[in-house]
Amino acid sequence: MSSSKKEVCITGIGFVSCYGEGAEHHWNILGGDKAPTPIISSETVPPYGVHPLPEMDWALQIPRKDQRQMENWQRLGTYAAGLALDDAGLKENAEMVSTMDLVVAAGGGERDIETDEAILKDAIASNDAEQLILDRLRTDLRPTLFLAQLSNLLAGNISIVHKVTGSSRTYMGEETAGVTVIQNAVSRIASGQSTHMLVGGSYNADRPDALLPHALNHYLYDGGREGVNGRQGKGGGMRMGSVGAFLVLEEAEHAKARGATAYAKLSSVSSDLGKRDGEKGTSRMDVMFDKLGATPDAVMSGATGVSEATKFEMDYLNSKLDADTPIRSFQTLIGQPLEATFPAGVALAALALKNNGFYAPFEPQEKPAKNDVSSIMVTSIGHHCGEGFALLNKA
Amino acid sequence: MTKYTDHKGRPIIVVTGLGAVTSLGRGVDENWKALSAGKSGIHKVKRFSTEGLNTQIAGTVDFMEPEEISAPGISYAMADATTEEALSDAGFGKDGFPGPLFFAAPPVELEWQHRFDLIGRTSEGEIGYERMLASAREHKQEKMHSLIQLGTIAFQLAEKYETRGLPISLSTACASGATALQQGIEAIRRGDTDAALCVASDGSVTAEGLIRFGLLSALTTHNQDEPSKASRPFSKDRSGFVMSEGSAALVLETLEHATNRGAKIYGTIRGVGEKADSFHRTRSSPDGAPVITAISEAISDAGITPDDISYVNAHGTSTPENDRMEYNSLHAVFGDKIHSTPISSSKSMIGHTLTAAGAIEAVISFKTMQEGTITPTINYETPDPDIPLDVVPNEKRDADVANILSNSFGFGGQNACLVFGRDVA
Repeated sequence: MSSSKKEVCITGIGFVSCYGEGAEHHWNILGGDKAPTPIISSETVPPYGVHPLPEMDWALQIPRKDQRQMENWQRLGTYAAGLALDDAGLKENAEMVSTMDLVVAAGGGERDIETDEAILKDAIASNDAEQLILDRLRTDLRPTLFLAQLSNLLAGNISIVHKVTGSSRTYMGEETAGVTVIQNAVSRIASGQSTHMLVGGSYNADRPDALLPHALNHYLYDGGREGVNGRQGKGGGMRMGSVGAFLVLEEAEHAKARGATAYAKLSSVSSDLGKRDGEKGTSRMDVMFDKLGATPDAVMSGATGVSEATKFEMDYLNSKLDADTPIRSFQTLIGQPLEATFPAGVALAALALKNNGFYAPFEPQEKPAKNDVSSIMVTSIGHHCGEGFALLNKA
Repeated sequence: MTKYTDHKGRPIIVVTGLGAVTSLGRGVDENWKALSAGKSGIHKVKRFSTEGLNTQIAGTVDFMEPEEISAPGISYAMADATTEEALSDAGFGKDGFPGPLFFAAPPVELEWQHRFDLIGRTSEGEIGYERMLASAREHKQEKMHSLIQLGTIAFQLAEKYETRGLPISLSTACASGATALQQGIEAIRRGDTDAALCVASDGSVTAEGLIRFGLLSALTTHNQDEPSKASRPFSKDRSGFVMSEGSAALVLETLEHATNRGAKIYGTIRGVGEKADSFHRTRSSPDGAPVITAISEAISDAGITPDDISYVNAHGTSTPENDRMEYNSLHAVFGDKIHSTPISSSKSMIGHTLTAAGAIEAVISFKTMQEGTITPTINYETPDPDIPLDVVPNEKRDADVANILSNSFGFGGQNACLVFGRDVA
């Protein structure tokens, strides 16, 4: 099938992070001569810092009646999806969105914290905890909250709010969900199974129920304000970040035919799962790297700060790339958005390529870009497992 | 079109291995025997207390031996069993599997038992998330962490059975099982792989799950004293679905790949259709347009017409709305021919296995074609005059079944339909 492979380009970006919203807005803030100060809030889930959700006016993208049916991870994703459609000039194009394929990376949704805590308090004091939980859940749970918990209901909400209804799939599996989303979309467009797609994910970090799973395995960083690399001398760990990252991907001819301009070409994607130690780990990365088909001028890294994974990635990149190749670990600035990691990395890489530049170092450990950047590799080495690479080129 | 390609020049996809677990038993044979005998697997829930709940019955799978009694624990145990069965059925063994894994993953999260466990380990912080976080900091919980990661089951299956590349976990709610197959089909058609392992599993019947679905008025609250009578697809007195557990695994290969290794072939996957619905989070468009599109696309993708469909394996959940909508949509595509086309719902016997349903129904479909026997819709005592279908009521029927349409619909506007064929040529 490779002989007839079609070109995939990015024609829309919807991006929300602690710095605010919008693709160009993020380039203006992150793409300057000096990286901005990280925005970290330690109030939501102490002692852990998170890169918080910025102040949002959801109504700009989501009707109020629909907002009421969602929790913030869904609002964030639906909002970013709307921004991507706007950016691609497709928001009001009913015909185009009705045939657009939707692919979403999602986690397990949000719980009703107040209800959980009230029930726990009473259950601990009760001598029949099981019965108390039953009785209280029956009366205290809100029907709509269940819909905030189903993984595929971010996609469902995007279909309802933005009328994207060609097809709808949701992938799960922490960072690998994001890798699968991008890889699946590129494969489908390249092989002619789709012509235009809306893909991405969102993660809401401002919640104790979102952080608890990672705290269980001591993956969270609870030190100071250090970035991904700066944390390495202090035990490492990840700092979660609220991010919504959606992309409109199009077959190049399809984009051209409607007069759309592309941010960048998404040339290739590779992924794998397996052990990272020893030669086996390196040779797996070599296979993935070779599949990209070219050596990049720069790297947009999804490194999480979790020491084992971050060291594995940086050692590999340093051994593989020229000493001058700039690597930016974007989680230093916007945090770890789990399922949205890979879509976010692809978005930031595409922004740089469109603007004919690259990012200044995000922390002192990173090298400035010396040469022109016309190809960027995006990485996602999962904090727990799973790996993905992508290569973007100038359009 | 060659010996190995279909009407669109794509590789013909065959199914060479099956595995199944439902509340009726473990293994395809045991399930087939029970299903063709019209047995019900629905029972009073014993795993946990249901006192005071409107719904106290379910199709739980209580005979596995999971590492832990929890949604992820039970889901993994079932997925492991069906994967092993399907791979061994297809003749794959020690050398791993030559393709990727597509896994329809159940919702997993911390459960109340885990919350209590965490809270009991420390007295630091206020009872609630603060204390659970403090507990986690004091005592690392590697196993609990792994259990509630959404990718874990697929990662474990991929490692154990040595599938290729990054395993994929997916959810399209109650259409997930069909979506897992759809992903395998698309990957093979793209030429990414010659083989794909498609697995779905759902062991998420918990008290909270029953309450949540109950709050959406999706579950039947009737027949609590006669659980086997509770799931009544297409009957006038149907009143909701019965929540259930189960798993299925299917091995997909190109015909060429299967032929070259001399594998036995159950049949082909001829077509797939999908269309998302933007009407409502839990309800289908009143005009049925997205479902009609999904059905029509699946049939046309298969290169056949509705006249060629010998049997419809219904989504048939037993909710008032689904069964009516499914009939109306089928009628729109098939015309009056649908009234004489046999259609049945295995959910009458095993309930709604949610994430796993589409895959379990695919396994049943391939057995149906192989055995020439259609499994019945049980509890069909009061026909609904608005749904004049031949639902193969109450008893199995011998029939020559060459092509099957299998429907799957899910919350979130998910509609996926598949067409299976018995004969390779």
